[in-house]
Amino acid sequence: MITKRIIACLDVHDGRVVKGVQFVDLIDAGDPATQAARHAREGADEIVLLDITATHEGRQTLLDTVRRTARELFVPFCVGGGIRTADDAAQVFEAGADKVSVNSAALKNPQLIDDIGRSFGAQAVVVAIDARRDPAAADPVRDAQVFVQGGRKLAGRRVVEWAREAEQRGAGEILLTSMNSDGMRTGFDCELTAAVSEAVGIPVIASGGAGTVEHFVEVFGRGRADAALAASIFHFQISSARSLKEELAKAGVSVRLPC
Amino acid sequence: MRVTVIDYKAGNLTSVLKALRHLGAETIVTDGDLALVETAERIVLPGVGHFQATDRLDATGLTTAIRAAIARGVPFLGICVGMQWLYAGSSEAPNQPGLAHFKESCTHFVESPEKVPHVGWNSLEVRKNSKLLAGVEPGEYVYFTHSYKAPVTDDTAAVTYYIEPFASAVERGNVMGVQFHPEKSGATGLKILGNFLTWKEAE
Repeated sequence: MITKRIIACLDVHDGRVVKGVQFVDLIDAGDPATQAARHAREGADEIVLLDITATHEGRQTLLDTVRRTARELFVPFCVGGGIRTADDAAQVFEAGADKVSVNSAALKNPQLIDDIGRSFGAQAVVVAIDARRDPAAADPVRDAQVFVQGGRKLAGRRVVEWAREAEQRGAGEILLTSMNSDGMRTGFDCELTAAVSEAVGIPVIASGGAGTVEHFVEVFGRGRADAALAASIFHFQISSARSLKEELAKAGVSVRLPC
Repeated sequence: MRVTVIDYKAGNLTSVLKALRHLGAETIVTDGDLALVETAERIVLPGVGHFQATDRLDATGLTTAIRAAIARGVPFLGICVGMQWLYAGSSEAPNQPGLAHFKESCTHFVESPEKVPHVGWNSLEVRKNSKLLAGVEPGEYVYFTHSYKAPVTDDTAAVTYYIEPFASAVERGNVMGVQFHPEKSGATGLKILGNFLTWKEAE
């Protein structure tokens, strides 16, 4: 039976793992290679490394970090942040990533999704969507808006529509981050996740808001997520992937328990 | 031990090479040097991407060289599309023949409410006395990402259930294939790759 994936996310800035609340107020949370290895050992099903430096000078640092992190990692490894061209993606794959996640650059140039997919396969392309409910809209979920630039700017696209377009262009998965709940540890946005998951035929990874085991149970059930991403819940040893999965199994969620 | 890894320019070999080297193998990559297949001790055909990309194996003469190596008894492992290539073909690219070592063909998952591709960690029901999957216990999981799959037959080494039962591993003598990615399947995947690296013809 297919299991629900627990994905450990490392936000990386200048080669260090950091954690912020709603994308600001960053705190140092360790070395990416060490953290990734620890999460994999403790049963994380996948590792996502999101580079939030995204400056030109930071590219080489990122590639070094990816290379170092990938070296002893034998679970799927996705890298995002600052990937603007198929060449950027190729460098990240060459350094050892299995998937890339694209966000702002794909909104600016949706053809990027097609291009990376054609060269590396759809399974290698994750389209990350930073979403915020639109409280002014008649249906805040259906009309949720896509944001770019780390959540600072409206993209002028609706989340559900953009997810569908990404799928049509050949994305293999959608990584949906609710900016309303990111870093708040108050739970995933289950309504929004379900709306996107029902709109596309590809897996949806829910992100933003993990705080308790119950939040994961909800997003896998009501939220119809195929996978869920967690960052702050793990970093400070609040909970390991192992203990999270043991609790999820008790709650009836199908998960891969670490050996 | 030495492993010849076939590059047919359909994606990324880094993960497969890394896992083989981690297990102590020396890896040689070829995208068309037939001598490297003719002298191969073991052959791995990785695969991410589209079945159509295997046309490059025909164009470069690798198909013929691999067929001959298999006939000589060289252990062969196909991964993902590399496994599907061992069959007669795939509905993903109906005009592109596979090796036809196994006579059946690969097909897309049937229509269902479930998501396709099948992405994530799923279990293996090891079906026969498989050397490749020796030591894989119930409750161990491996990582899949695919939309096409091989049918369950007498050569099936493991069955996985998603939408319908399909062959997640195939094995007949020195010819082996896995639909999942052992290089991305943690300790279980490394164990399976290790079994391939130590595979020997029965005494």
